[in-house]
Amino acid sequence: MAEPMVVVDDLHVVYRVYGSGADKGTAATALLRMVKRQRRPSIREVHAIRGMSFVAYKGDAVGVIGRNGSGKSTLLRAIAGLLPAEQGMVYTQGHAALLGVNAALLENLTGEKNVMLGCLAMGMSPQTVKERYQSIVDFSGVGDFINLAMKTYSTGMGSRLRFAIASAKSQDILLVDEALATGDAEFRIKSHRRIDELRAQAGTVFLVAHNLGEIEETCNKVIWLEKGRIVQAGENVPEIIDAYLAATGGEPRVRAPK
Amino acid sequence: MTNRGRLSGPGKLTKPGSLSGPGSLPGNGSAAGPGSAGATALAAEPAEVFLAGDAIPAGERLSDYAERHSLEPASARPPALKYLRMLWQRRQFITGFATASNVAMYSEARLGQLWQVLTPLLNAAVYFLIFGVLLHISRGVPDYITFLVTGIFVFNFTQRVCITSSVVMRDNLPLIRALPFPRGCLPLGYVVIELQQLLLSFCVLFVIILAYGEPFTWYWFLILPVLALQTLFNVGCAFILARWGSGFDDVSQLLPFVIRTWMYASGVIFSITTSLALVPSQSLYFHKHLAYLLQINPAAVYITLIRNSLLTSQRISMPGYHPFNALKCAMYGNPAKFHIPSDVFANKVIYYSSYCKPIVTQQALWGYAVGWAVVAAVVGFFFFWWAETRYGRG
Repeated sequence: MAEPMVVVDDLHVVYRVYGSGADKGTAATALLRMVKRQRRPSIREVHAIRGMSFVAYKGDAVGVIGRNGSGKSTLLRAIAGLLPAEQGMVYTQGHAALLGVNAALLENLTGEKNVMLGCLAMGMSPQTVKERYQSIVDFSGVGDFINLAMKTYSTGMGSRLRFAIASAKSQDILLVDEALATGDAEFRIKSHRRIDELRAQAGTVFLVAHNLGEIEETCNKVIWLEKGRIVQAGENVPEIIDAYLAATGGEPRVRAPK
Repeated sequence: MTNRGRLSGPGKLTKPGSLSGPGSLPGNGSAAGPGSAGATALAAEPAEVFLAGDAIPAGERLSDYAERHSLEPASARPPALKYLRMLWQRRQFITGFATASNVAMYSEARLGQLWQVLTPLLNAAVYFLIFGVLLHISRGVPDYITFLVTGIFVFNFTQRVCITSSVVMRDNLPLIRALPFPRGCLPLGYVVIELQQLLLSFCVLFVIILAYGEPFTWYWFLILPVLALQTLFNVGCAFILARWGSGFDDVSQLLPFVIRTWMYASGVIFSITTSLALVPSQSLYFHKHLAYLLQINPAAVYITLIRNSLLTSQRISMPGYHPFNALKCAMYGNPAKFHIPSDVFANKVIYYSSYCKPIVTQQALWGYAVGWAVVAAVVGFFFFWWAETRYGRG
């Protein structure tokens, strides 16, 4: 029987956005506010996820699709435990690693140090890090840049190295938020292979991507979000993607006959 | 914040900011009417469970199902003991992180690592110029220069730990968000960075005090336990400030002022023990309780213990070093009354403070040194651990 890795139980996530709208943000208004003992004004509540429940099992690669602002990244951050749930709960087996598009881990340090320290932080022994170091660097394909500070990397190179580091340990749950989008074609093939490996090692992968072809090739399940709710979800990946495309006014994907 | 869902009207929330309560919905899974879009209370919507297949028995609540398969809430905090073990397991990361950051800190400077030595030297030079040369505040303290430099270097250790650890969580946000690891590694790493800096500073300090004719004695080895205790105390401070600083920027804005006040209250540039507490013309002379409090404050405790270990003149002028002698003590406190010429005072009478009654004895100082270290470390650890799952949010 399949073992659940992630259980999302009626999850609601609400952002509170400060300092938007009417507040002029001057020192005088801040002082007046404190004198009047008011809360910070113009707290806008943004209900980003409005009740969703699903289960992901060992070996699943779940694609998450939807328009901008439909709650894809929010969902991933909630699974990673980085956002408090307003209501409901996310249950996970082990910890989740979240890969986003932002550039570096320790941006002032060289790529080499990032590999070493990133692996140590995930709890690898120094011996293991030494053994795997070369394969991680090879996988990332950053070449000679490994000796330069990570802030000098291009977006693509940064995300390649980060993916290489985070996937070096067999993570229980790997959350990939558009982190592969900036990689080139060669890296995309490599990363698909790595995700397949992680799935084979009984990990669970969540993939957010606007490149639907990528989702279709990589994932065995897909969730379609709209305004913080699940519209459709299931294992019939091509059909859901087509339905999503139809809803957003796009052309159905052209697939090679099997 | 990344994606913000567009909203017509924000819903009234029944439990704002609540984190706890797995399966808090009373009617989870039961039939309820379809919620109207957006503006209703959260609880109205029955959520269909997607992707579950037929693995979940009918009627079982998701929270029970998750529990049965020993899943834990994504924002669960490990037990304190396990957390401590996790930190110990990451010790190579902590030291590696510290060393690499230390090297990177000066990588943009032309003088590079030389700044590690230059910074404390310049620090000492500034204070020497202002308080040693211009203000002549040295009255009543023998060998003022070594006294001053030692105090600055020791206080600087705690000061730098406090200031850097108040921004540690926000400085390393990308790392916190990307990789799962016990967050306590980061403030600990910053303490190690400053410890490495301190060791270099102390090499400079040894050169300075030897150059001023201070003899090497076995007492010098007493600085090892003192620095160990101070490090433990700093770990506690780092934990506390890291948690405070992770929430609001206000902490790191306010901190420099607090620290500067603390510095003046800890006898870095003057001696609370002798030149303030024993001299009748100083207001502290009449407020023994205040003098007591100032002397047992952690920074003052560690500074005094280090000074007494390294500097002979400090050791032998510490009140209580000689048996109490009212006349000699009074001569130290008010030389004008006894018509003592200034050169006699500077060479001889300045050491008479050792004949006074100590407000805090040397033994008590050691007690406080241990006490502060243990209390700070324990409180700091639990304080930081308590919010473990909240770092990296925002």
